[in-house]
Amino acid sequence: MLELDRLERRFGDRVALQGVSVRVEPGRTLAVLGANGAGKTTLLRVLATLLRPHGGQVRVLGAELPREAWKVHGRVGFLGHEPLLYRELTGRENLRYQASLHRLADGRVDEVLAAVAMERRADEPVRDLSRGMVQRLAVARAVLHDPPLLLLDEPRASLDPAAAELLEPLIGRASERTRVLVTHDVEGGLAEADLALGLKRGHQVFAERVDAAQARELYR
Amino acid sequence: MAYARGLKPLAAATAVTMTAALALVFFYAPLDADQGFVQKIFYVHVPMAIVALCGWVAAGVMAIRHLRTGDRSWDVRSYVAIHLSVILGVGVLATGSIWARASWGHWWVWDEPVLVSFLVVFLLYCVYYPLRFSIEDPDRQARYSSVFAIAAGAFVPLNFVAVRLAESFTHPRVLSQTGGDLPGEMRLTFLVSLLAMTLLFVTLWKLELTSKHAEARLKRLRRRLEAREPAAVA
Amino acid sequence: MIRAARAILRKDLRLELRTKESVPAMTLFTVVVFVLFHFGLDRNSLDGSLASGVLWVTLLLAAIIGVTRLFAAEREQGGIDALLLAPVDRTALFLAKAAALFLFLVAVEIVALPAFALLLLGPDLLEALPELLAIVLLADLGLAAVGALVSALAVETRARELIVPLLLLPLLVPVLIGAAHATEPLLRGSQRPEDLGRWLGLLSLYDVVFVLLSVAVFDFLLED
Repeated sequence: MLELDRLERRFGDRVALQGVSVRVEPGRTLAVLGANGAGKTTLLRVLATLLRPHGGQVRVLGAELPREAWKVHGRVGFLGHEPLLYRELTGRENLRYQASLHRLADGRVDEVLAAVAMERRADEPVRDLSRGMVQRLAVARAVLHDPPLLLLDEPRASLDPAAAELLEPLIGRASERTRVLVTHDVEGGLAEADLALGLKRGHQVFAERVDAAQARELYR
Repeated sequence: MAYARGLKPLAAATAVTMTAALALVFFYAPLDADQGFVQKIFYVHVPMAIVALCGWVAAGVMAIRHLRTGDRSWDVRSYVAIHLSVILGVGVLATGSIWARASWGHWWVWDEPVLVSFLVVFLLYCVYYPLRFSIEDPDRQARYSSVFAIAAGAFVPLNFVAVRLAESFTHPRVLSQTGGDLPGEMRLTFLVSLLAMTLLFVTLWKLELTSKHAEARLKRLRRRLEAREPAAVA
Repeated sequence: MIRAARAILRKDLRLELRTKESVPAMTLFTVVVFVLFHFGLDRNSLDGSLASGVLWVTLLLAAIIGVTRLFAAEREQGGIDALLLAPVDRTALFLAKAAALFLFLVAVEIVALPAFALLLLGPDLLEALPELLAIVLLADLGLAAVGALVSALAVETRARELIVPLLLLPLLVPVLIGAAHATEPLLRGSQRPEDLGRWLGLLSLYDVVFVLLSVAVFDFLLED
């Protein structure tokens, strides 16, 4: 599903990622840990084909990046820091727009709105909604097209426990999708992951099962 | 990339041709009846304009190569070509202005479509710098610069056509006069001057590319050193 | 791809209707500039080349506002990422944005032309209307294509508000030349258009070149 071999990515002269190698089997969860600025978000964006790799080899869903990046489009669910929703449009309008980009039937929008329990407020502009609701809509947007691969950047950030539980079947282990999960919650992240990748200033520190103590070393 | 290859003979050829051109301009070309000595600026002004315009269009072609192959060295070549043409452009406008003043009494004339369209093109290419240098990521900087170079390169002929159409109500001026019916001595001097200007441009272009290439290699070596021994790079 | 372009266009039109950010500003700007010209030129009515020039220069300057704001929503709310992740041809984005800009310009002109006729124009506008419409539509097409391209070029630069006008205006000189020269005889009152074909030809050539060029080159502006 995911194969990284000495991935390298720079921003000008600054090395953001170097020597990142890991392999994730279908249906497995990879937790990406590291301090702020370690390169976690960059890694996620490379996997999403939003950034192109500068060195090494990257294969996502069987497609080699950046050459075959187009094969990945539409098969990845991306949940970044930004909800990627237009604030002046309603939740429903945002999702309908997404659905038309992905060539999905309209019914799918209602389905997903129900799944995130946002039917009642789907017709209000996004700017009027609380952060938790916006996050729920963002999750809806990310799974609208039923992608086999999920790239999640702190998915539970603005959610209360009830909402987080609600979204479990969509983006949690129960969803049975391959997941790459960036999180600061060391224990929680390790608990739901099969693999953990540790990044320190762009360099890979470990890529295997580790315990919480080892993981916390990253934050020194 | 052996940019420096051929640089010495090229520079020599440039020097020779430029000397020849200067000699011809001062001693061989006839003195113009009504404009006098100042008319000789024409031998600098027009070749400069032609070379600058060709430089810009060539930069557009190089930019196309960059986008097609992803090879950033083509973008550097494109950048240097634009850069040199802009410098020549300043010369064109300056000499054009002097010539206009000497010939027609005004520092600027709108009657000469080539000069006017050149001004518009020059202003456009001046924006290349702020555009290019406001983008920090080098990959993106190269790509966006190339897109600009292509659009601007396509614009050059279009603009010339447009301005020519607009000004064609006034009688055509020196350039179209000189287009076909330059007397023998003037034509020879003009062609040699054009050749000299072209050689000068190509030499300077190669020179700047060589220097940039050396800079880039130095940077890469430093980076590699830094990766191995962070302390060694003082 | 057309389907995707339509979806993006619909989204942009809906956003504009709701936020009303571009079109009202552009329209107001043109009317204000007409008033400025009244004071600046100290004239109550214009005709011929002066009228034509004032009209077209004003429209071009107003276009700057639209061009600067064209990718604003994407830039501020990360909309481009969502588009890049979808199985959509990047060219669809260009077509949608150019179409949106075209429609915005037409909307502005629906108000600006009558305003111009009321405030500054001497001769009667209605007589010249059919030819004027042809000129306006062709000019708008070129404006839209180049505007979308320039907007995308400037989208990531820090000095966006400065770069857009500096980039856009020289590129639009041929459009200005074609449109102004074509419109001039129309605004001279009771004179039939001369050389209209020549100027429409220039505008069409410009449109073709820049639409094709922008479509070809747009992909390179979105990847990273």
